[in-house]
Amino acid sequence: MATLPKLSPKDYASDQEVRWCPGCGDYSILAQMKKVFSTLQIVKENAVFVSGIGCSSRFPYYMDTYGIHGIHGRAPAIAAGLKIMRPELSVWVITGDGDGLSIGGNHLLHAIRRNLDINIILFNNRIYGLTKGQYSPTSEFGKKTKSTPLGSVDYPLHPLSVAIGAEATFVARSIDVHVKHLADVLEAAARHKGVSFVEIYQNCNIFNDGAYEYAADRSQRFDNVVELEHGKPLQFGKNKEKGIRWNGSDLEIVTIGENGISEKDLLVHNEKAESPASAFLLSRMTYPQFPEPIGIFRNIERPSYEELIQNQVRHALETGSDNSLESFFHSGETWVVE
Amino acid sequence: MTTATEQSHLVKRVEEIESATVRFAGDSGDGMQLVGEQFTTATVVFGNDISTLPDYPAEIRAPAGTLAGVSGFQINFSSQEVHTPGDRIDALFALNPAALKVNLPDLRFGGVIVADADAFTKENLEKVGYKSNPLEDDSLREYKVVSIPLSDMNFKAVEGLGLDRKTANRCKNFFALGLAFWLYDRPMEPTIRWVQQKFVKRPAIMDANLRTLKAGYHFGETAEIFTSSYRINRAVIPPGTYRKISGNEGIAMGLVAAAKLANKPLFYASYPITPASDILHSLSAKKNYGVVTFQAEDEIAAMCAVIGAAYGGSLAVTGTSGPGVALKSEAIGLAVMTELPAVIVNVQRGGPSTGLPTKTEQADLFQAIFGRNGECPVPVVAAATPADCFETAIEACRIALQFMTPVILLSDGYLANGSEPWRIPDIDSLPKIDVNYHTNKYNFQPYSRNERLGRPWAVPGTPELQHRIGGLEKQHITGNVNYDPDNHEYMVKLRDEKIHGIQEDIPPLEINGDATGDLLVLGWGGAYGSIMTAVEKARREKRSVSSAHLRYLNPFPKNLENVLSGFKKILIPELNLGQLRFIIRSRFLIDSEGLNKIKGKPFQVNEIYEKIVDLLEN
Repeated sequence: MATLPKLSPKDYASDQEVRWCPGCGDYSILAQMKKVFSTLQIVKENAVFVSGIGCSSRFPYYMDTYGIHGIHGRAPAIAAGLKIMRPELSVWVITGDGDGLSIGGNHLLHAIRRNLDINIILFNNRIYGLTKGQYSPTSEFGKKTKSTPLGSVDYPLHPLSVAIGAEATFVARSIDVHVKHLADVLEAAARHKGVSFVEIYQNCNIFNDGAYEYAADRSQRFDNVVELEHGKPLQFGKNKEKGIRWNGSDLEIVTIGENGISEKDLLVHNEKAESPASAFLLSRMTYPQFPEPIGIFRNIERPSYEELIQNQVRHALETGSDNSLESFFHSGETWVVE
Repeated sequence: MTTATEQSHLVKRVEEIESATVRFAGDSGDGMQLVGEQFTTATVVFGNDISTLPDYPAEIRAPAGTLAGVSGFQINFSSQEVHTPGDRIDALFALNPAALKVNLPDLRFGGVIVADADAFTKENLEKVGYKSNPLEDDSLREYKVVSIPLSDMNFKAVEGLGLDRKTANRCKNFFALGLAFWLYDRPMEPTIRWVQQKFVKRPAIMDANLRTLKAGYHFGETAEIFTSSYRINRAVIPPGTYRKISGNEGIAMGLVAAAKLANKPLFYASYPITPASDILHSLSAKKNYGVVTFQAEDEIAAMCAVIGAAYGGSLAVTGTSGPGVALKSEAIGLAVMTELPAVIVNVQRGGPSTGLPTKTEQADLFQAIFGRNGECPVPVVAAATPADCFETAIEACRIALQFMTPVILLSDGYLANGSEPWRIPDIDSLPKIDVNYHTNKYNFQPYSRNERLGRPWAVPGTPELQHRIGGLEKQHITGNVNYDPDNHEYMVKLRDEKIHGIQEDIPPLEINGDATGDLLVLGWGGAYGSIMTAVEKARREKRSVSSAHLRYLNPFPKNLENVLSGFKKILIPELNLGQLRFIIRSRFLIDSEGLNKIKGKPFQVNEIYEKIVDLLEN
């Protein structure tokens, strides 16, 4: 068999001009996506990007794969129909904090709980960008925007808490400018069988610039971000001198070497835990009280929805005595008129 | 040896009649729908033509014995052709006072009332406002009242099987059924087989139902209550193998057939909603035909899943009722913009809003044709009878696949739950649906057009045909996002032209009767049976009236205007305030008379007949 030439990241670019604002965090995500596709050598015609509405949802136009730019919030539902009928395809949902958690909240929950083998990438910029700057379901309480001149009085959602609550089997977070980390997380999501939910902190430099400065900025991020690694204690700080400990009733920040604290006292991350409790706990760690975890929160195996559905159909086809139209029409009482 | 039973049977008279309309009525927990279904099966197996009308409350169990909780099932059966469930009832089986009170107005003068005297207790009578017992106070003297201790006889029939009183009492519907079987000389075997299958794991219940069924039958035979039973001879119907079919079954079978005829996998996504849920139930049990069903999280998701499945190459269908279509509207628009094949089944019910979930109406025609943002043309077809649901479903799929467009298929609650005999078609006689995925990579353009103005169906997985589609305006040919004013206008007109062009692909409207005359009765959807019967009656009286029935509501058949212009007057009966009439007037500047009924019930033949006479004589 002849080997096909290896596809480079740029081979996955479509012929369409990318139209995000200059400086948008989406460019970085697009670049890392193409890199991961190249790393995994995903066959272009076997991949489909599905999106809703919003800045992030323009993403499918820029990948030389199949794609549907759908309607607001409904990408997970479109992806469900596609994946159920075409389980062999690599299906990616690109959504945002408004698209995925506000108008499309219901579909997001159900795509996740069914464990469809799709990858849901939520670009969280904590603002409505395409409609020019209204607050979103992840905007911080009190945020002043065009639609909340006196400050919002909505409590924000934590996307990962939502995903874990909805029984997600793979949950991860990364940051647009942390390119190496982002590529690793996307690759792990692609490799995971079952639903993968990835939140990406994404900067909107026009309407919400610097929202993640604390996590993205090189001089601050050591203190404000903790990188999760399976089997490793939660440590952070420039020299990994700080850690997270379970004190019996809550998480707390401790300093290694102070008050007799050693690495052994720290919380050890287990992404394979069957219970979602610890992953949920990590999802509640928020700046500025805590450093915010990035990396893989949860990564467990469970049969996927489309696999279970197709198995039922296959079983019925194999064991059903007669699957002709004739037998269908004649099911039940029939009688003959001579 | 001759038994007493046989002796008494011998002396009873059998009266031959042409047709009968029977209604079974009781509490919603009394199993009246089941009795109706069983009586229907026996009747079609016997060889009569039939039409049925189930009528049940929206509440699963309204308070026992109340007027709101009455559930009824009506069947019209005949040795002649039947198109409707019948205007007036000949025999009413009333299992409690509420059932009597609700249904008495529909009983014909001199009709039979079979009542369970045991249920006419002081408490039950008071519940529905009877001051005295109508079975005893002579208020029913215009009717033949057969008052029998039905509950008690049922208890006696099932005695000794170890059933508790409540379970035993639940068998009484089969006593009534047995009695009805005797009264109309129906075969019991189909019901016996059904009971044996249904309760195979619960022998005591099986036994009880069979015993009380036979007890009811023998009671009719022996008791000196009925002076005669009735015989309705077999109808003269074309030879073939028949089965009973409801509208929802017809749609389910039509969809499975269409998928086979087009050689595409069938995907059915739906959110439970009355009166469409039975399509989902039926198809979810058809996995052995390769059918994949998806109970979505909501109506919107069901439509969106259809779009995803259609993009992936499936014959994708969603089923719902009016409120569900309202929710799906935006996604139907996406299917129009992306030009993907899909079928949206709307089993109409009374509206607006939640309206009358279990009652029928035809008020979603505007919604089907116009109910989306932007210039958003969607073909609309409507089924005329339960059996026609089968053919119309195939036709909806054909149009969707061959023109690459979503299609709305209108049914209604009356067709969905009503049933009639259906001659099972020869599989080879069904039209093949010729549709292929696009695989040729040379000069591939996602929005290029074939002779029907359909675009290529290039599905993911096909090498070198990667393309992106979506809800933003498309550039002609390339399908790229495009905001150019001239392109937008061009594309709006092109999409309109594509749907309009379906006219070239559908049969002309047929006229039942003369092509010209004083009056044309134009109908659509479930009004067919009543219109047909009324017009035939008027024509037998040599009146100058014809009828025509529209399956295609968007686009209309090419000859519609021509047909309309052949008549001095046009009557359009619809279960709405005149939606088809409105469209006909705006499209052709042709005026018509409306006959509009918005009561959650189908037309009676007489209502249409009287309107015909009125229009012809005034």
